[in-house]
Amino acid sequence: MLDPSWIEARIKTALPDADVTVLDTTGTGDHFEARVVSPAFSGKSMVQQHQLVYAPLKDVLATGELHALALKTYSPEQWAKAKP
Amino acid sequence: MLSPDLKARFDEEVKTHKIVLYMKGNQLFPQCGFSARALEALKPFGPIHSVNVLEDNAIREGIKEYSHWPTIPQVYINGQFVGGCDIVTDLAARGELEALVKGG
Repeated sequence: MLDPSWIEARIKTALPDADVTVLDTTGTGDHFEARVVSPAFSGKSMVQQHQLVYAPLKDVLATGELHALALKTYSPEQWAKAKP
Repeated sequence: MLSPDLKARFDEEVKTHKIVLYMKGNQLFPQCGFSARALEALKPFGPIHSVNVLEDNAIREGIKEYSHWPTIPQVYINGQFVGGCDIVTDLAARGELEALVKGG
């Protein structure tokens, strides 16, 4: 069982200036959805952006403790346009 | 560790098929919702070469290392790594998948 705030904190170890929101989508502590907005994403492809978020979670993804993390990543410029 | 044989297999596989989907289950019976969603997003764009990673743990772990991507599904189009379920469904929603398939 993982906690959204734990995942948030982990992501921030790699991306300290990111704005991170994590939701437990099934209530079972293994499927999550995250929105990450970070200046580190500027000029990077979506693959590179997702890799930056996955990196600090590699161990829990490998063990399956974290089964799924649906990701939305934005640079601040992209977020200004995409924001609902 | 990714063995040279396995690396060669992936090199060959992603080069010889326009669309390659490493997924859990097969196209008739996807065994994970994320694999199913990636498959549905790709279907309109022609034949998909799918690989069921649940049948071979070396492939399941090897492809993660090969792509530097920790999750399944994984999609390659024209030999290029495109991403996982989120990216592929995003590209489909934005109408950008077709150009990727046609290019190259």
